[in-house]
Amino acid sequence: MKWETVIGLEVHTQLATKSKIFSGSSTAFGAAPNTQASAVDIALPGVLPVLNRGAVECAIKFGLAIGATLNRVNVFDRKNYFYPDLPKGYQISQLAKPIVEGGALKIIVEGEEKTVNLTRAHMEEDAGKSLHEDFHGMTGIDLNRAGTPLLEIVSEPEMRSSAEAVAYARALHTLVTWIGICDGNMQEGSFRVDANVSVRPVGQAEFGTRREIKNLNSFKFLQQAIDYEVRWQIETLEDGGRIEQATVLFDPDSGETRMMRSKEDAHDYRYFPDPDLLPVKLDEDWIERVRAALPELPVAMQARFQAEYGVSAYDAAVLTGSRALADYFETAARACGQGKLAANWVMGELSAALNKAELGIASSPVSAAQLGALIARIQDGTLSGKLAKQVFEGLWEGAGEVDAIIEARGLKQMSDAGELEKIVDEVLAANPKSVEEFRAGKDKAFNALIGQVMKASKGKANPAQVNDLLKTRLQ
Amino acid sequence: MSDASLSTLAAQLAAKQVSSRELAQVYLDRIAALNPAINAFITVDPDKTLLEAAGADVRIAAGNAGPLTGIPVAHKDIFCTDGWLTTCGSKMLSNFVAPYDATVIERFKAAGMPSLGKTNMDEFAMGSSNETSYFGAVKNPWNLAYVPGGSSGGAAACVAARMAPAATGTDTGGSIRQPAALTGITGLKPTYGLVSRYGMIAFASSLDQAGPMALSAEDCALLLNAMTGFDPRDSTSLEREKEDYTRDLEKPLAGLRVGLPREFFAEGLNNEVAAAVEAAVAELKKLGATPVEISLANSKLAIPVYYVLAPAEASSNLSRFDGVRYGYRAPDYANLDDMYCKTRAQGFGAEVKRRILIGAYVLSHGYYDAYYLQAQKIRRLIADDFSEAFKTCDVILGPTAPGTAFKLGEKSDDPVEMYLNDLYTIPANLAGLPGMSLPCGFDAKGLPIGLQLVGNYFSEAKMLNVAHQYQRATNWHAHAPEGLK
Repeated sequence: MKWETVIGLEVHTQLATKSKIFSGSSTAFGAAPNTQASAVDIALPGVLPVLNRGAVECAIKFGLAIGATLNRVNVFDRKNYFYPDLPKGYQISQLAKPIVEGGALKIIVEGEEKTVNLTRAHMEEDAGKSLHEDFHGMTGIDLNRAGTPLLEIVSEPEMRSSAEAVAYARALHTLVTWIGICDGNMQEGSFRVDANVSVRPVGQAEFGTRREIKNLNSFKFLQQAIDYEVRWQIETLEDGGRIEQATVLFDPDSGETRMMRSKEDAHDYRYFPDPDLLPVKLDEDWIERVRAALPELPVAMQARFQAEYGVSAYDAAVLTGSRALADYFETAARACGQGKLAANWVMGELSAALNKAELGIASSPVSAAQLGALIARIQDGTLSGKLAKQVFEGLWEGAGEVDAIIEARGLKQMSDAGELEKIVDEVLAANPKSVEEFRAGKDKAFNALIGQVMKASKGKANPAQVNDLLKTRLQ
Repeated sequence: MSDASLSTLAAQLAAKQVSSRELAQVYLDRIAALNPAINAFITVDPDKTLLEAAGADVRIAAGNAGPLTGIPVAHKDIFCTDGWLTTCGSKMLSNFVAPYDATVIERFKAAGMPSLGKTNMDEFAMGSSNETSYFGAVKNPWNLAYVPGGSSGGAAACVAARMAPAATGTDTGGSIRQPAALTGITGLKPTYGLVSRYGMIAFASSLDQAGPMALSAEDCALLLNAMTGFDPRDSTSLEREKEDYTRDLEKPLAGLRVGLPREFFAEGLNNEVAAAVEAAVAELKKLGATPVEISLANSKLAIPVYYVLAPAEASSNLSRFDGVRYGYRAPDYANLDDMYCKTRAQGFGAEVKRRILIGAYVLSHGYYDAYYLQAQKIRRLIADDFSEAFKTCDVILGPTAPGTAFKLGEKSDDPVEMYLNDLYTIPANLAGLPGMSLPCGFDAKGLPIGLQLVGNYFSEAKMLNVAHQYQRATNWHAHAPEGLK
């Protein structure tokens, strides 16, 4: 039987606010345990939550960026359950009336564009952390993270492969960092993915029973976990088994998913509207102010890059992989007026060097202005592509600006006709055998002569000019 | 001196006839003498009280005194008070020393009022007799065999016994007004949102409201001036201009329309209470008021609605008492779940557990729509009844409670019978309206009878005006329990 995979993702993005969603405590990562937990965060008797408008603004930005409906009145609910790192015994979240409903995200998988619709996105607070090691049979509780604002973003079950799921997660990651609502740091848990996975026979209308893989914190794990889960579900069904609704965890060491709790263990969270918080009202002025402050979004920028710089759709998608990359490209392209060349350099030489050095675009030793200046020198004939690579190395090492490096290292391309003619004549005189072979019809000999000229000029001869000169002389 | 009004005490303090320390000592002495029999206080700490009084004396000497500076006040043990044991009447918090001040406490400190201590209350404010307190029942100063009402029973009893000139209370379904009625004092529950709930341990967040309890409407007005005001730490606190609640006290009542809800004078009302309330109406007529019959048809549903909504909120509000971070934790347990179960089984009393169970039930999957949502809809209808009524009257008048104080233990085995005591007070909480209780007579046993006023939103000054004019014309509020030293 042929099977179809159905995937929906729930992504918890930590919102990049300075303080928590319902208290004034800092959200900075990595502080000593419980040093960023106020009376409100530890849920002392009598304390009350006060909504951080910054978190709401992040949610508005997101809603606008995905073309969603912003619920002008949205409501916080209490999700009740007991756990030691949940100080109030309930999490403040949004169930019935979330701030964002609908919207869509474009993804590209294997060159094909696809639209994934979103169900909703709602604001909620994070829990603290339970630390089970280092306490000799006891559990430590760190409430620094308790009350950190999250936006939980829920997709429709519209992805049909792990590749699509990863593409969606990446596109979402790009978007939330692009609009500045999340720092995107997956190691620190700023972007956590839950994947709802089911399979069904191709052609069947109803969904199969889903299992939810919790808390995937890398795109690699997301792919591995879904691939394993899909294989496991298909095998189970083909062996005559049944899939039970469950929550599972992915173990990166074994590459397998394992059961965390079954549907029977599922909590009744007894949601109800939080009486400590008023419904959140979004007035039009606020929404318009946020809209006006939004940066150009990736999809719009891709279209513009194609039109303005003549880059391909694929290149435009790569170049808008992050806002920093897009800004870098555009600065370089504007500096040299050569969009396609700039795209090639950014995606080629620069990306390779950054990857090798394990650096992000933001910490590139070569600035966009420098790269632009370098490309300009290729364009005006000062540098050949080969020489340009040497100048790039100089820039990378911090040896100075483009022209200074060219000057200091004597990398200027030799384009003086008289000088070149002299070298060409010397090379022809010194290599009568090659000349003979060329005249006998061996094209290879021509290349050998070019090589000799380049060698004699220490690589500085303008290759196009050398080519023309040699042809003229040998005719 | 212990019968004196707050304005008299303020005048004596200003005239240096008495110092704040001396005044505090007068009340501390009465507490030492009377509290063992009445049990109105959970915590008394004379050193702290006298230190705060000394601070007030410095302010008075420096000419920095406000209208209440130097006058001591007793605080319900539901308000977190920095450095004071704050128990909420529960074993669960029997070891909890609050590390911060509730806004209400902050405001009274800012007013220069020394704290006389923390008053006894029904556990987590759940009760109408003060018998559910982990720290023992409070006795009614008018007859020690009787309950003082609840949940602010300690606050009511300490004011009635003149162990404090004023006290703070909280009212979720009548917890200020009903004990005020049963102990013959004056108590006011403000419009929801007027007084900050920050630092007030939550019972039912959408209903809880703090208010003053004292010997007269005038005193309540002065206390309300100190308590109210927007607090950015409470999202349900209302941002509006400060009012002077004493401003209308002396206004004549000519032309006042007093609404009498026919449902509040029907079956279930004790005859003696009915007679006293009717006499009060007659008195107000003499003062120029006109009685108007009104109907609050849906208020008969107030008790069932309340006993869905309040427990629902409470079941969630009380989840934080889990033994993990503060408060009581069971001494022996096998694992986490066992720790939760034993801590909460041992730390909460029967009434609190009953309400947590009801609350969890009405919120649970499959029951939410039938109970919680339905109750919210009826709550709206009850509020609409009031809006309609206020088109034809300025203030609503009726009994505070269906009867006078009952004997200790008399209703503690029958929760529903106990709940009925709040029949007339709960509707105002559901609608978020202000209400107050003031004494209007005594029954044959010599127990006080309470008269309730319910005003429209933010009409506290109007209610206080009516109450003050009534108290100028009568002297029920001036009676003190006899037999107390």
